[in-house]
Amino acid sequence: MSAQTSTAPMVEMTGVHKWYGDAHVLRGVDLVVQQGTVTVMLGPSGSGKSTALRCINQLEEIGAGSIRVEGELMGYREGTKGGSPALYRLHPRQIATQRARVGMVFQRFNLFPHMTALGNVMEAPVQVLGKGKSEARERAVEMLSRVGLADRLDHYPAQLSGGQQQRVAIARALAMDPDIMLFDEPTSALDPELVGEVLGVMRDLASSGMTMIVVTHEIGFAREVADQVVFMADGVIVEHGPVAQVIDAPTEQRTKDFLAHVL
Amino acid sequence: MTTPTAAKTPAAEPQRIHAIPVRYPGRWISAAVVVVLAAMAANALITNDTFGWPTVGKYLFSEPVVRGVGWTLFLTVTSMAIAIVLAVTLAIMRRSANPVMRYVSWVYIWFFRGTPIYTQLIFWGLASVLYPVITLGVPFGPALLSMDTNVVLNATRAAILGLALNEAAYLAEIVRAGLQSVDRGQFEAARALGMKEGRILWRIVLPQAMRVIVPPTGNETISMLKTTSLVLAVPFALELQFATDAIGNRIFQPVPLLMVAAIWYLAITSVLMVGQFYLERYYGRGFDEHVPKRGRRGRQSAINAAKTTPELGAIDDMGRPIGGGV
Repeated sequence: MSAQTSTAPMVEMTGVHKWYGDAHVLRGVDLVVQQGTVTVMLGPSGSGKSTALRCINQLEEIGAGSIRVEGELMGYREGTKGGSPALYRLHPRQIATQRARVGMVFQRFNLFPHMTALGNVMEAPVQVLGKGKSEARERAVEMLSRVGLADRLDHYPAQLSGGQQQRVAIARALAMDPDIMLFDEPTSALDPELVGEVLGVMRDLASSGMTMIVVTHEIGFAREVADQVVFMADGVIVEHGPVAQVIDAPTEQRTKDFLAHVL
Repeated sequence: MTTPTAAKTPAAEPQRIHAIPVRYPGRWISAAVVVVLAAMAANALITNDTFGWPTVGKYLFSEPVVRGVGWTLFLTVTSMAIAIVLAVTLAIMRRSANPVMRYVSWVYIWFFRGTPIYTQLIFWGLASVLYPVITLGVPFGPALLSMDTNVVLNATRAAILGLALNEAAYLAEIVRAGLQSVDRGQFEAARALGMKEGRILWRIVLPQAMRVIVPPTGNETISMLKTTSLVLAVPFALELQFATDAIGNRIFQPVPLLMVAAIWYLAITSVLMVGQFYLERYYGRGFDEHVPKRGRRGRQSAINAAKTTPELGAIDDMGRPIGGGV
């Protein structure tokens, strides 16, 4: 894998399909995300953009196609059976290991309510990476300072505003030193006046060179930081490219209709 | 829209409202009724000689009674402790991806909930008759170690085992309900961090489930306290109910000794309720209004204190705070 890492894109989705029973929610998604770039996924609700994101770190199992992160196939091992190539499903433990380097931030924060902000950020480094308590604590304080919450270490999530909770969630993901960060509508559950602080943290993260895929409706944010904009509708990528192309000069009618609604 | 400066302009001290409060005569009437009824009840208890209060006083702290209290507490605590460990195991098995685990757990709960505790206790008492020798060894093969069932499963152990195995079936359902009450997002967040299933259960899900598990488990513990009186079926004859019955029958005054038992059960239940209060408070941390160390503090006041909302005019048209910020 190490040989591939330098050349392979950070994420490569090829012909990804996803079914929920009879519902065909992803119908052949192809997406390449290069290292150090920010990709913003836009699209009407139900277009499959969140599902596509969740497939990357295996929170959803894909039905067809393949997803590679830094060249490594996610969820499966390539092998042979009876002389012909075959895919072997990875054990949940191996999938957990693959997930550890993909950070994720959820729409509803999903902080652990029984732990303080510090506890939330320390949890995975201690439990997954096996770091010592003091080392993990030091790192957690650093991460929480980075998102502007150095004075909220001992607060429980219920004592924090939505914007603060989401920033803790970002710090929690960053504490694992991920190679890529996935954001699933990170500001959709926030009161309008709290959106700015979360976008601010994400903006800083983008400028620090973190590879990011962001599902959002914040066109302003996309304009400002996106290297690539992906527009999805009905389970496929309708249009993708730089901001100047997809947002400012869309060629597809569905993109135009969507942008007319949100702008 | 008001400007921030307008809001800061000092105004005249507003006239406070001093209204006459609403009267609630029903509260006074109900209080009077309750006081009268309580006095009648107390009178009925004190003046009726059959209760034999001097006898109650004489035996309340007598040696066999106090020893009975000790045994009752011992049976309650040990059988509940075993039952809780077993119940958590059964509940986790019920949710396992392994169908064998799910099935075994289901059958266990089906059987132990489906047969009377009294029958089960009689059975454990009879175990040494049914199987006089317990053998450890290869299944259907040679024996490595043989033990006399009467020694291994004496009356105390049979009583504890019987109570624990039965209770575990009920508690398993309580634990399962608790595990189900935890939001799916908690699993997803933990998975996304790369945590393995066992760790997720132990570190993330179970501590949150405890908030739902503790109140009914307290209920079960109090119920268990009194179920211990059934171990007579084993037969185990040292606990409180048997001790007081024995004295009552000997001195031909069953009622005062029933009162002795009732007073002790009530007292122990009261102590257990205090313990439950503190357990609930511990597992409610981060959920409820009260938060340890920090005192009572509403969510809104926490938000206000956090000053997350920038001052008016301090945000640009992109929603970015101007100056400082993150």
